[in-house]
Amino acid sequence: MKPAPFRYLRASTVEEALEALREPDAKALAGGQNLLTLMNMRLARPGLVVDLGGLDELRRSFEDDGQMILGALMTHRELLEHPELGARHPVLAEMVSHIGHPAIRNRGTLGGALAHADPAGELPSAMVLLGALVHVDSIERGRRTVPAEEFFEAHYETVLEPDELITWITVPDRGPRTGWGFVEHAPRHGDYAIAGAAVHLSTGADGRVLTLRASMLNAGETPVLIQAGGEDLPIGDDWEPWAREVTADLEPGAEDVDYVRAVAAAALAEAAAQASGRVRAEKEQR
Amino acid sequence: MTETAGSTQIAVTTRVNGREVSRAVPVRLSLADFVRDHLGLTGTHLGCEQGVCGACTVLVDGRSVRACLMLAAQVEGSEVTTVEGLEDDEHATRLRDALSRHHGLQCGFCTPGIVVTGCELLARCAAPPAEDEVREALSGNICRCTGYTGIVDAVLDAAGSDGHRTS
Repeated sequence: MKPAPFRYLRASTVEEALEALREPDAKALAGGQNLLTLMNMRLARPGLVVDLGGLDELRRSFEDDGQMILGALMTHRELLEHPELGARHPVLAEMVSHIGHPAIRNRGTLGGALAHADPAGELPSAMVLLGALVHVDSIERGRRTVPAEEFFEAHYETVLEPDELITWITVPDRGPRTGWGFVEHAPRHGDYAIAGAAVHLSTGADGRVLTLRASMLNAGETPVLIQAGGEDLPIGDDWEPWAREVTADLEPGAEDVDYVRAVAAAALAEAAAQASGRVRAEKEQR
Repeated sequence: MTETAGSTQIAVTTRVNGREVSRAVPVRLSLADFVRDHLGLTGTHLGCEQGVCGACTVLVDGRSVRACLMLAAQVEGSEVTTVEGLEDDEHATRLRDALSRHHGLQCGFCTPGIVVTGCELLARCAAPPAEDEVREALSGNICRCTGYTGIVDAVLDAAGSDGHRTS
């Protein structure tokens, strides 16, 4: 349970980190809550560890015309305690509160969670739900921007090239009258999800659901995006038949596929009911 | 680009329990092994060494972290507090006393991690926490003896929460 030998470099600028990441065997170290675990178990044996801990510029966040621009090194705790982010995207705060335990949230970072790309992770799913843009940098290719829904390729695999680093994440403005819900079923709070669902939906003036966007956790090789509109959606609050239908083809990487599909369907129906309930409550307040 | 960027040994300067320490360490040394083997602070216990059990929890710049999931090299310039450094801490003093009264420990292996995690919670909470908040805060600390009831009661007691079980 000790990591194999490696070389270590504490980067003091983003450029220095990018230069070091050109070495084929290099790995970027952010909060280390996944990478150091994998290194301790010797599932990862990088030749060079590039520590990003000194790059305070990537720990900042900005608001720009309704969108939030988040530094990749913001910790889960910083996301959770960010007042404006929580007000604009309550679903994100709710999802982050399900990540691990306090000590994990104190160290783990947004960029690290996206690069790790665990399909059971809350942040990959949250970014897909929110339609976030992932900005990545490298010396070779400069900056490119990848929509979160195209960022994840498979279990623990992303479109990142080995020399690329996630630097910033843009979370767009949420549309008007958007309700949200999040339900995760796990053996205990903070454990890996059996399955979960995050939902945003919008309604018309008459209260009918117009569009629904959902992102499923641990229900496939990557976060699974579900989009539905108008006539495909149930009228009223019985979401279960619809949820069972849209989760019937999921391919979770679990042994008991039918069980996970059933848990995913239940989570999706509950999250959709939460979301439509919230829209109703907001409207009644007005 | 060179193939030999970085180093395998590094100088680390940090404050541990209020005392400045400077050491040259192998870069693959964990913070847990650093405080135990290099500084002799063996109150920090090592259970799983993969971030699951919580026995090695210490504070870095006032926030709880797994010392097995941090490199010693990463605490350069930081303030580290181990369970030994909490000896005179008011929250820790109340918590240790409450753990003893509520039978919140048996073998004691997990206790340093529980005390460090509990202190962070007590310091963070403006109002006494509810039982489910305490359980969530402690959910990353595994205890194989007590069944947690005594530990949760002790934290609630130390926090001055109403309605904690006193038996």
